[in-house]
Amino acid sequence: MHPPTPTPTTPEPGFNFAYLDEQTKRSVRRALLKAVAIPGHQIPFSSREMPMSYGWGTGGIQVTASVIGQTDTLKVIDQGADDTTNAVNIRRFFRKVCGVETTEQTEAATLIQTRHRIPETALREGQIMVYQVPMPEPLYFIEPSRTEANKMHALEEYGPMYVRLYEDVTRFGHIAIAYDYPVMVHDRYLMKPSPIPRFDNPKLHMSPALQLFGAGREKRIYALPPYTKVKSLDFEDHPFTVESWEQPCEFCGATDTYLDEVVTNDRGDRLWICSDTDYCHQRQQQQTQTPRKLD
Amino acid sequence: MPYVAVKGGEQAIQNAEALLKAKRRGDPAVPELSLEQIKQQMQLAVNRVMAEGSLYDPDLAALAIKQAWGDLVEAAFLLRAYRTTLPRLYYSKPLNTDRMQLQRRISAIFKDAPGGQKLGPTFDYVHRLLDFKLAAETNEFTAPTTAPVSVSESTPRVANTLAREKLIDPVGLLANTSSTHSAPTDATPAHSSDPPNGKQSYAPIPDPFDLTRQSLTTPTQRDARLQNLARADEGFLLAMAYSTQRGYGKNHPFAGEVRLGDVEVVICPEELGFEVAIADITVTEVQMVNQFKGSKTIPPQFTQGYGLTFGYNERKAMAMALVDRALQARDLNEGIDGPAQDEEFVLFHSDNVEAQGFVQHLKLPHYIDFQAELNLIRTLRREYGQAQDPSKPDAAPVDPLSADPAPEDTSVPSPTPDSQHMPQSPAEVTP
Repeated sequence: MHPPTPTPTTPEPGFNFAYLDEQTKRSVRRALLKAVAIPGHQIPFSSREMPMSYGWGTGGIQVTASVIGQTDTLKVIDQGADDTTNAVNIRRFFRKVCGVETTEQTEAATLIQTRHRIPETALREGQIMVYQVPMPEPLYFIEPSRTEANKMHALEEYGPMYVRLYEDVTRFGHIAIAYDYPVMVHDRYLMKPSPIPRFDNPKLHMSPALQLFGAGREKRIYALPPYTKVKSLDFEDHPFTVESWEQPCEFCGATDTYLDEVVTNDRGDRLWICSDTDYCHQRQQQQTQTPRKLD
Repeated sequence: MPYVAVKGGEQAIQNAEALLKAKRRGDPAVPELSLEQIKQQMQLAVNRVMAEGSLYDPDLAALAIKQAWGDLVEAAFLLRAYRTTLPRLYYSKPLNTDRMQLQRRISAIFKDAPGGQKLGPTFDYVHRLLDFKLAAETNEFTAPTTAPVSVSESTPRVANTLAREKLIDPVGLLANTSSTHSAPTDATPAHSSDPPNGKQSYAPIPDPFDLTRQSLTTPTQRDARLQNLARADEGFLLAMAYSTQRGYGKNHPFAGEVRLGDVEVVICPEELGFEVAIADITVTEVQMVNQFKGSKTIPPQFTQGYGLTFGYNERKAMAMALVDRALQARDLNEGIDGPAQDEEFVLFHSDNVEAQGFVQHLKLPHYIDFQAELNLIRTLRREYGQAQDPSKPDAAPVDPLSADPAPEDTSVPSPTPDSQHMPQSPAEVTP
């Protein structure tokens, strides 16, 4: 069963709605507007210290805090699940400082903050996806200097990235990037989709939802407006593919979802279940099973 | 002579010491800090000083913190200096951290790690809002009760799950394959070779390098590196670790396992011939799981970075594990592109006791060498002046800085190119 959706509460006294002051939220929104206007291009913004550590999703939290309204319904997922500690904690934070309604259901949410997954349920127009981004610069492992990387973006000098992928092909026979697989946005900017598995990359393409990416520590914001062309890099003879599994989800039987491997004991026994807990529950309910949750 | 700048008499030194003590004590109207208070209520400071002072003694660490005005590097220095005076009686057996009495244990790589996850005391999910109630002095907090965990059971390691499929090098020995262990030159550790404990996920090396008794020479072995990192400055390690995550020597890790708890220290005195447990100490242990795409001789598999520190020192242990992995670059035939992969750079600059001494020695008088430098630069300027105007052999030298309106001054940064390429965010101009 879904745990009962907590009803909106009164926000914590002494703090502005959504924690950040209005000036700061406005400055973040200006960066967001610019990001939407230049899809995939990283816009610097004056990231603030938040009451969580950098790396815990402060970029996403600042973006969420800047766009959330009193009537929004917020869903927070981490690794696809609503019940992981970090997701629970961020949801708890926004309930505390906004008093907004929260949900675990993708369809019921107007605003979804995510770490690492795009929900299996198709997004719709009007929804906003907020990604927590640890490392916005797709070129960082080719060119660690941000000054140089900025030049490469400006000159559209993405050859070295293709060389890197080609090296994988010559060495392993295929491109060996499992997550945070680089994409070309609107035929112009190379972009990191934040560490989603490459399984989720196709969901970025022509998504009806607005997708916002916030990197707090690196102080960058970028965006994909609805219905933006997003192409995962590949070669004609080595086309982009997504991963698949040999068995369905243990709980709901889905064969088209991203599965988590769960080690069940020290003998190495394991099972595979949907990483998207909401999707898995919905499917189990449709099959009128008692939804199962991993303890 | 009216004034002698740097010749200090004994009186001056005594006065400086007395002044230091008085300043340290602060306002006498405020009650004095007890060592017990520091030990109990500033545990993380105590732990850091124990780790960097490389001496497990919370009482002495608390004393050092009190004496050092809370300057933790100075406190580590005090502890190291004291440690020198202690005789070396035994080498302990390798700690068996499998049998750790866990206070905290998390894994970031499997949803449900065998043995369970235990959050324990952690800042991780605490909203960092200043708690003004803490400003009051009569705080009492009760620890939540949890079901007691059986003590005798050892908790399996997450890395073992990967090792069973041969997906990870369980003992971290890849990093030691390329060369044999160098013979100690200075002193030989007293204990004999141990058979590797079958349950241990990292095998003890017979006669490991002892950094406190042998001189560190490069290239190093992993045992020497790990010792160096275990007592390295936390800030330095953190910066090095962070640089690997930001691309300076790509090193993408997963936190395979972080555990905090108490372990037994066991010695085996030769005259007795059997093992004796002499203490329980708290340690933080981190195993990072890193990508490795293989080389000519090694198939693709995960590799590991390892971190172990005295006390609850999670940030340090994690940074250590990242840097340990970065320093395996040479053994794994990876490119050495980032500072954190350069063992000479990291190992010789990581010790804060060494570093603070050499940096601060600049406060000592240097008038002899400075005088030599002064003479030289005057000679050079005279020669420069003559070269500019040969008609005046004794001409006062021209000041090249004031004479040249556009000097080649490398200290002035040129405008950054990103100001041309990157649109400036309106946020940057928001007050």
